[in-house]
Parts: sequence; C-alpha cells; structure tokens
Amino acid sequence: MSVAALGPATLFGLCGAALAGIGLFVVITHSGLLRRIVGFNILGAGIFLVFGAVARRGAGAGFGGDPVPQALVITGIVVAFSATALAVALLQRLFDLTGRETLEAAQEHSPRSEA
Amino acid sequence: MSPLATEPAHVATPGGVLLVLAVMLPVVAVLLMLALGPRWTRRIALATLAIGLLVTIAILAELLRTGEALTYVVGGWQPPLGIALRADGTSVAMLAMTALVIAATGCFGYAQQQLDPATSHGRAPTSFWILLMAVWSALNAIFVGEDLFNLYVALELLTFAAVPLVCLDGRAETMAAALRYLMFALLGSLLYLLGTALIYGSFGTLDISLLSQASAEGPVFPVALALMIAGLLAKAALFPLHLWLPPAHAGAPASASAVLSALVIKAPFFLILRLVLDVAPPQSAAFAGQFLAVLGAASILFCSVMALRQARLKLMIAYSTVAQIGYLFIVFPLASGSETLPPWGTIAWTGGALQLISHALAKAAMFLAAGAIAEAYGHDRISDLGGFGRALPISAAAFGLAGLSLMGIPPSGGFVAKCLLLTAAVIGGHPWLAATILAGGLLAGSYVFRVVDRALATPAIPLAPRKPIPRRLELAALVLAVAAVLLGLVPLQPFAFLQIGRPDSLTAVAP
Repeated sequence: MSVAALGPATLFGLCGAALAGIGLFVVITHSGLLRRIVGFNILGAGIFLVFGAVARRGAGAGFGGDPVPQALVITGIVVAFSATALAVALLQRLFDLTGRETLEAAQEHSPRSEA
Repeated sequence: MSPLATEPAHVATPGGVLLVLAVMLPVVAVLLMLALGPRWTRRIALATLAIGLLVTIAILAELLRTGEALTYVVGGWQPPLGIALRADGTSVAMLAMTALVIAATGCFGYAQQQLDPATSHGRAPTSFWILLMAVWSALNAIFVGEDLFNLYVALELLTFAAVPLVCLDGRAETMAAALRYLMFALLGSLLYLLGTALIYGSFGTLDISLLSQASAEGPVFPVALALMIAGLLAKAALFPLHLWLPPAHAGAPASASAVLSALVIKAPFFLILRLVLDVAPPQSAAFAGQFLAVLGAASILFCSVMALRQARLKLMIAYSTVAQIGYLFIVFPLASGSETLPPWGTIAWTGGALQLISHALAKAAMFLAAGAIAEAYGHDRISDLGGFGRALPISAAAFGLAGLSLMGIPPSGGFVAKCLLLTAAVIGGHPWLAATILAGGLLAGSYVFRVVDRALATPAIPLAPRKPIPRRLELAALVLAVAAVLLGLVPLQPFAFLQIGRPDSLTAVAP
C-alpha cells in the first residue's frame, strides 16, 4: 500500500502510535527524571493524536466529524499540563535538596551524605 | 456497531442531586480555603467534614428508602453525549467508608496540630487540609462516576492531591518517594487514557452502562481493556507494580498515610472491578480474572514476608497494605458467577467488598496509632518500642483490634471477609487460592504479633514518652478499629445492601 493510499485519519493514527511508542521507550529506559517527564509528554501527545484520528474517522457514533473527542483532547491537554507542572515542581525541589535528578541516586546516596 | 440506545440509558432520581453535593462540597471547601487564607482553613475543614458526613448519611438513607440506585444526569444531557452519576449499593458503601475514614483522619490531624499551636497555621497544616478535601472530592467522583473519561479526570485529580500528601514534610526522601509515585501514576493514567480513546473509537460512547450492553467483536475491545487495567494496576500498587508504595506511604505524615493506604489505592481497584464485571465481555473477564488472581496471590505472599522483615513500624504497615490489596484481586475468579447467579450475588463479592471496607478501616486505624506512637517517641523502630502499651494503652488497643481484622480472626470484618473468600475458594475448586488465603492470614498474624509483643513487653527501664499524648489524638484510631471489628457482625451470606441497583439482583441467593 503506497503512502498516497493512506487516508489522513490512518496517517494521523500511525503518527500517534509512533509517538506513543517513542514516549513509552523514553519513559521506561531513561533514569533522568527530566527526560522521563518529556517522555510522558511525547506519550501523551501520541495518545491525543490517536484521539484526533478517532474524531476524524467519525468514531462509532456515526457522525461525520465527531466533535466529542476534541473536547476530550482539550481536557486531556489541561490534565497533562498540570501533571507536568507538578512533576517539574517536585523535581526542582528534589534537585535543590540533593543536587540530583534521578531517583536511584537519591536513594543510594542519602545515607552517605549524612555520614 | 453503534450502541446508541433509543430510550434514555439513565433516569434521574430525586435523590441524585445528593451525589453532586458529595462531589462538589469538598471542592467548594478547597476554593474557600484558598480564598480566605490559612486562619480559616481548619474551621472550614471541620465544617465540611460535618456537612459531608450528613450528606453521606442522607445518600445512605435515600438508597435504603427507595431500594434503587441514585442517578443524576448532568445538565439533563443523556449519554453518549452527556455524563451520568450513579450510586448503587456498592458505591454507597464506598462513599460511607470514605466519609468515615476522612472524618476520623481529620479529627486526628486536628488534634495533632493542636499539640504544636505555633505552627498550626503554617504551610504544612494548611496544605494538609486543602489536599485532604481534594482527595475526598476525587474519591467521591470516582465512586459515583459512570463515564470512562470523567473517571480519568477524577483519577488524575486524585493523583494530584495524593502525591503532594506524600511529601508534606518536604524532606529529600519523601520528595523522591513522591516523584516515584507520580511516575508510576502518570504511566498508569496515560495507559488508561489510551484505552479510553480506543473504546471511544469503537463504540462512540464512554458510558459504562451503555458499554455493558454493547456487542464487542474483534481485538480492539480486549486490548483497550487490558491497557486500562494495566494502567490501573500501577496505581493500585499490585505486585509487581508496588515498588512505589512502601516508601511513599511510610514516609508521609501519619494522617496522610492513613488516607493514602486506606482509601486512595482503593479507587483504582474499584475501577478495575467495574471494568471487569460491568464492561468486559465474559470471556475476556474470565481470562483477566485468572491473571489478576495470580498477581493477587503473589502480592499476598511476597509482601507479607516483606512486612515481616521490616524494622520500622510504618514500613511494615505499608507492606501489609500491598499484601491485603492482594486479597481484593483474588475475588475475580471466585466471583465470576454463573448463568443463574450474577457475580454480585456470590459470597465472594460480599467477601471482597467487606475485605475492602474492613481493610480501609483497620489500616487507617493502624497508621493513626503508629502516628501517635511516633509522636510520643520520635521514632517508629519496632525493636525499640518495648512496653509502649503502658504509656499509650489506647493506641496499643487500636493497633491490636485492627490487627484482628488483618489476620482474619473473629470477631472482625476481616474474619467475615476472609471466611467468605475461603468458602468460595473451596466450593469453587480453587485449592491454591484457599491455601494462599490461609498462608496470608498466618503471615499477617506473625507481623501483627511482633508489634503486639512489643506493646505488652515489660522492659527493665520503662519507656517514657518524650511528651504527653492527649487522649483525643489516640481516640480516632480506636474508633476506626472498633468500626472494623463491628463489621464482623454482618451475617455470613450475600449482603443484600451491596446488590441494590445491580441488574438481576432479585435472583441473588446463596450458592
């Protein structure tokens, strides 16, 4: 199947799936928390694109261009933004306290820094 | 493909507006606290606790009076476009449990802050009340929600309120614990969201009762449900996704730990229950049930042993939480029901619900008792607590009574729950589940007795608390522990209250 034969909805869906895969890979493999937070955002963006493809396809409800997923995506973006803000704030505090931005190091080194 | 119903899926009932009140009241309290500032925070919180308890009692009375589920259709818009709130017997039991635990925790928090009047209007106490109210609102929204996306938002609100509760004291270790919790929770909610997107793409609705009537073909539905359940498992901290829980729940202040351990992890479990029993097609549900039961059994055995090995009291209680959560997941294959008997008519369903509620009460009591102990001695190393029962008799009694429920010794809610589950496992031909329930009870006995033994010990030098502990600080734990014991008085049979509002509940009789 050539690229031209792919409808826009399919193309969006595939892009969303690729982004979700990249995001998941970053979240699982990296130990740096800032990278993980960015990974969560990429994963979230992929999911929102899949939602968009669903809307474009008209979903199961049979509407021409379903507006409901767009409302859901906007809500989802707000939630993802709040999650990112909370995570970054916590990470900033952890960095101020320990000078590290990974979880593993913080656990291993905390007894040593007291000694 | 389209499940669009011709008749409305939900009919609003007169008492339905009470559900909106239960969700909105804590939100109003949070807004007032932010607007009026720290001086008013505690007064607003105590008023909200009182009104919230009254609302819960009104919901309970309305449910018992009508004998039907309470329903509210937001804005009069029917699903699939609109959102419905619905509380059947099980949901109302969850609401009541939540209100009781939040109120007791609030009383403990209030008494604890009065010990140190200088900082009682400080940043941490004010944040505690705001977050407690936010947790309450999110929990109520999850227990009455009917729309999968609405439930996603409520789950996120719960996470955003629960994560800061972990790191209220601002130490580096609790910051790391909170971040670890947030990482697990975010991955979980994104997987849940992806599943929601796939379900909307196939069915055009996210309403649970419409989805339960939808005919599912092809692989999309099982894959979406698997993604959602996997995401929720990370939030419910089932083995092997429990790694975040012990440091987070043990590091938090006692009153926060009580809410986190007793209530917050029950919300994702409640959603898994609804997905498996209400939404999933029977074949997928049976497969998911087997899988969840294996993880649950592993959780019971592994984390009970881990609890036994902990030197610190709060870490021990936190590991015990993961072990007790395991019991909830072995309900699935036991409560699968049959053609004549729906899942909610089985004794395992009643046992599971009782286990959930009695664990919530007992675990909150344990954490509050541990909080009083830590307040008195400044540490919670089990080996250095010899003879604490003399100085803190109420806390020791609360810990022991709560322990009865965790072990499953009569009279206690935990005994009835585990007895029902054990009976269901034996009747249903699941000998390895029965053995796991018994082994889990023995292990729980071992770790509870380690602490009770310390409480009753008579060391050569009596253990003196570093400051006097007022009785009212200890009473909250005792009230919860006694409530957990009183749950043991319900009869050993399917509990009719939990079936109110469930389809086919009239056919339900004991197997």
